[in-house]
Amino acid sequence: MTEPLLQLTLARLREFVREPEALFWAFVFPIIMSVALAVAFPAPGVRPVPVGLAAGPDAAAVGAALRAAGDIALRELAPAEEVRALREGEVHVIVVPTEPPTYRFDASRDESRTARLVADQALKRAAGRPEPWTASEEPVVVPGSRYVDWLIPGIIGLNVMSTGMWGIGFSVVQARLRKILKWLVASPMRKGDYLLAQALGRVVFLGPEVAVPLAFGALVLGMPINGSIGAIAVVSLVGGLSFTGLGLLAASRPRTLEAISGILNLVMLPMWVLSGVFFSTANFPGALQPVIQALPLTALNDALRAVILEGAGIAAVGAELILLAAWGVVPFLLALRFFRWT
Amino acid sequence: MTNPPAVRCERLTKRYGNVIAVDGLSLVVHRGECFGLLGPNGAGKTTTIEILEGLLRPDAGDVEVLGLEWRADGDALRQRLGVQLQETRLAEKLTVEETLRLFRAFYHRGRPVDELLRLVELESKRTSWVGKLSGGQRQRLAVACALAGAPDLLFLDEPTTGLDPRSRRQLWSVLEGFRAAGGTIVLTTHDMDEAELLCDRVAVVDHGRVIAEGRPADLIETLGAPRVVTRQGTLEDVFMALTGRHLRDD
Repeated sequence: MTEPLLQLTLARLREFVREPEALFWAFVFPIIMSVALAVAFPAPGVRPVPVGLAAGPDAAAVGAALRAAGDIALRELAPAEEVRALREGEVHVIVVPTEPPTYRFDASRDESRTARLVADQALKRAAGRPEPWTASEEPVVVPGSRYVDWLIPGIIGLNVMSTGMWGIGFSVVQARLRKILKWLVASPMRKGDYLLAQALGRVVFLGPEVAVPLAFGALVLGMPINGSIGAIAVVSLVGGLSFTGLGLLAASRPRTLEAISGILNLVMLPMWVLSGVFFSTANFPGALQPVIQALPLTALNDALRAVILEGAGIAAVGAELILLAAWGVVPFLLALRFFRWT
Repeated sequence: MTNPPAVRCERLTKRYGNVIAVDGLSLVVHRGECFGLLGPNGAGKTTTIEILEGLLRPDAGDVEVLGLEWRADGDALRQRLGVQLQETRLAEKLTVEETLRLFRAFYHRGRPVDELLRLVELESKRTSWVGKLSGGQRQRLAVACALAGAPDLLFLDEPTTGLDPRSRRQLWSVLEGFRAAGGTIVLTTHDMDEAELLCDRVAVVDHGRVIAEGRPADLIETLGAPRVVTRQGTLEDVFMALTGRHLRDD
C-alpha cells in the first residue's frame, strides 16, 4: 500500500471512529435489531394459540372446554374489542358461543386457519367426539428452519448495504460541501486513491459489522452456523465492496446532504422490500424475478443464507459473488469517471 | 531555455451562463516575487486563481505555470505547487498533525511535519482536532498544508480574510519567510495593507479584467496621490481613481 493511500485510509477510519452516530448505526443498531427479533421470535418451544371468546350465554362452558385443551391461550372479548383484537393479531380466531359454535377468522391467514382447527378440535373433543385413532408423533427440530434463523443473514446483508452506502455517501458529500475534495484535487493526490481509501476503510469495519450480529444470532438465538467462517468472510467482503462501489457512484455528483439522502433512499428502499430481507423473494410474481435476482442485496442475502444455513462453500455461491463483484466494479469505475471534485 | 516566468496567462476568459467572470485577462508573474490580485468581491479574482491552479478550465486563453501546461503536465505541475483555497473547512475530526501527514504524503519531496508545525507555530496544537482551532490557527494550518511539498509556487486565495490583526501578522511573516527562501507567491486579497506590505507587484482586477498593474508604490504615486492632500496615498485611492468605487462596500 502506498503512503498516500495509507494516509487517506487512516483519515477515513479516524473520521469514522470519531463520529459517534456512525458507530451507532454500524454496531449498536444491528444488536438492537437482533434483540428486538429475539423478543419477537423466542427460542424453540410450543406457543399456545391465541383464541378469543365472544360474550354469550354459554360463554362459561365453551371457555372451560377451550381452556381444558391446554395449548390455547384464551382471551374473553367484549363485542367492541373483537375487530381490533383480530386486526392486531392478539387473537387469531374468535369463538362465538352459539349452538353449535361460530368461528370468526380471516381464512386467508395461515395462523387463523390453524387457530380455528385447534379450537374446533378442542370443542369437539369436549362434546364427546370419539377419536378414531391417535397418531403417534415424532417431534423434530430442524436446525436453521426457524424464521429467525432465516432472518439473521438477511439482517446482516441489510446492515452491510446500509452502513456502506450511508457511511460513504455522507462522508463524500460532506467533504464536497466543505470543499475538502476540491482542496485534495488541487494537491497531487491521485483521484483513484481517494475512492480506494473509502473502500479500504469499509473493509476494516466490515469484520465487526458482520461478526456482531452473527455471534448474537448464534449464541443468543441459537442460529446454526453450518458454513465455514472463511466462506462467510469472503461473501461479506465481496458484498461490502459491492456496496462501496454503489455508494461511491451515488455520492459522485450530489452537492447537498438532502440530495444524497434522497438518492440513497431511492436506491436502497426497493432492495429492503424486494431482496428477501424479511420475507422470501418467492412471494413476488415471476415477472419480477429477473429484476429481483439481479439486485445486489438479493445476491448477498442468498449467498449469506447458503453459507450460514446450508453450509455451502465458496464455489456454490460463485454466481452470486460474480454478480456482486460486477455491482462493485462497474459503479466504482463510473464513479471515478463522473466524480464531482469541485 | 532560461527560467520561464512562474505564471504566464494570456486572454483568459471564463463564463458562467451569461455572466463573464474573467474577460480576457493577461498576467505575467516572475520567479521569486509576491504578486497580488487585488479587487472587490466578484471581480473575478478567485476564478482567475482557480484557473491558474488547474481547478477550472478557461473557456479561452492560454495558461503556463512554471513553464508547463495543465493539460500536458498536470501531475508534474501539482508536485511543485502549494494551494490554499478560499473558505476551505478542513476535516474537523482529524488532528493538526494527521492533516499535515496526509498532505505531506501526496508529495514526492517536501518538509517534515515537525518543521511545518514549527513554521506556522502550531506545535502546541499538534494533537488538537482541527474543529477546535481558532480561525487564525486553521488558516495557518491550511498554509502549512500548502507548504508541505516545499513548493516553488504558492497560490493563496484571500489568506487572511476574517482574521484578527495578530493572526494576520503571524501569517504574513510565514509568507515573507517563504519568499525570502526564493519562493513565488500569487495571492488574491481585497485588503490594502496586505497588498502594500506583502506584494512586489499587484494587478487591480475589476469585472474580470486587469485595469492597472505595477508596484504598489508606483500605482499610488501615479494614480492615488492626486486625490490625496493631507496623507500619503493608498491602494484604496488607486482603486477609487480607476473605478470611482471603493474596494469594499462597507
